[in-house]
Amino acid sequence: MLKVRVIPTLLWKDGSLVKGIGFDSWRRIGAAMPAIKVYNTRDVDELVLMDISATSEGRGPDLAEIDALARECFVPLTVGGGVATVETVRDLLRAGADKVVVNSAAYSKADLITEAALRFGSQCVVAAIDALRDEHGRYICCARSGTQRTDVEPIAWAKRLEALGAGEILLTRIESDGTLQGYDLDLLAQVASAVSIPVIAAGGAGSYADMLQALRAGASAVAAGSMFHFTEQTPREAKLFLAEHGIAVRTVS
Amino acid sequence: MTVVIVDYGMGNLSSVQRALEECGAAAEIASNPSAMARASHVVLPGVGAFGDAMTRLASGGWIGPLRQLAVERVPLLGICLGMQLLSDYGEEGGGHEGLGLVPGRVVRLQPADARERVPHVGWNEVCARRADPLLDSIPPRTDFYFVHSYHFSLADDRSALADTPYCGGFTSVVRAGSVTGTQFHPEKSSRAGLRLLRNFLASRGNA
Repeated sequence: MLKVRVIPTLLWKDGSLVKGIGFDSWRRIGAAMPAIKVYNTRDVDELVLMDISATSEGRGPDLAEIDALARECFVPLTVGGGVATVETVRDLLRAGADKVVVNSAAYSKADLITEAALRFGSQCVVAAIDALRDEHGRYICCARSGTQRTDVEPIAWAKRLEALGAGEILLTRIESDGTLQGYDLDLLAQVASAVSIPVIAAGGAGSYADMLQALRAGASAVAAGSMFHFTEQTPREAKLFLAEHGIAVRTVS
Repeated sequence: MTVVIVDYGMGNLSSVQRALEECGAAAEIASNPSAMARASHVVLPGVGAFGDAMTRLASGGWIGPLRQLAVERVPLLGICLGMQLLSDYGEEGGGHEGLGLVPGRVVRLQPADARERVPHVGWNEVCARRADPLLDSIPPRTDFYFVHSYHFSLADDRSALADTPYCGGFTSVVRAGSVTGTQFHPEKSSRAGLRLLRNFLASRGNA
């Protein structure tokens, strides 16, 4: 049986790992390499590494750094940030990424998803959706690490991303991110039922129970940053908790 | 012992190299088929689409040398797309001829129920059908990491070493003589994956 994945997320900005709340007030929390080594030793299911300043700085990802990090990582590594061309997707895969996250560029160049899927296969193209609720209570998607609102609605966008060739959706509720208050289960359930590709829940996890709820809402995987970096909770214990509640997880000795 | 990793412009080569080095091998990423002459073992990795990969193998002059490995019984391991390329034919992207080293076709995963999503992404069980040196010391139903939308449909069941329960079950490890392949990524499957790579490195020409 396919196991659900519990995925630590590392956000990376200006050469160090950062934590924010609601995609804002970022503060530095340390270097990436020690964190990758620890998670590799702990044999996590997958790691997500996002360079959140690449797009706003108008640059691509730091390939040398990602190559160095990937060399220490014998578990799956998903990398995003600054992915605006199919060549960047290629370069990241060559640098050691197993999957590449496309976010902001998809709004202006939807063909990028299709080109990358045709060339490298849908399975390694993860489309990220960062969504918030606007003043009218409607969900809208945001580009550029939440700084640029679009007129795109996330459920429709998820379907479109699937049709374009995305192999997975990484869904983050912006206001929840970093709050430890739980995922947006309503948004998650709507997106998960709208597409037939896996959906990774992100943004807001604070407890193992939050993860259980997200999986019951239709997520195939749960990602968490602050919960693992700033509380005593661990991916291993999360999986023990999920297993106790009847969820199939990969147990590691 | 030199392991040659075939670089035909597709996928995650440094992870494969690093994992092989972790297993004690000298692993060389080769972009020219002439490297085959010094290979004790060959790894055909790959992330990507079947048709594009075969085009690249052809233009790089790899197809003949890869087929020759089977004749000379040099151990070959195809990983993920690299395993699929061992087949006769892949239907992805309109249909393309494969290397023809393991009889069968590569077809799309078909969900057996609404809960099964494609691509098949994540950790799933590998259930051995029979004992094989490649799977030595790997406990039954160990989880390995998969990320794929297509799977190998064998023409000859005897080539199946292991299955994985998803979309009605599919073959996840194949062998035809010295040619082997895994649908999962051993280089990304932590300790169990490194064990499998060590088993591969321990194989000799007539395994």
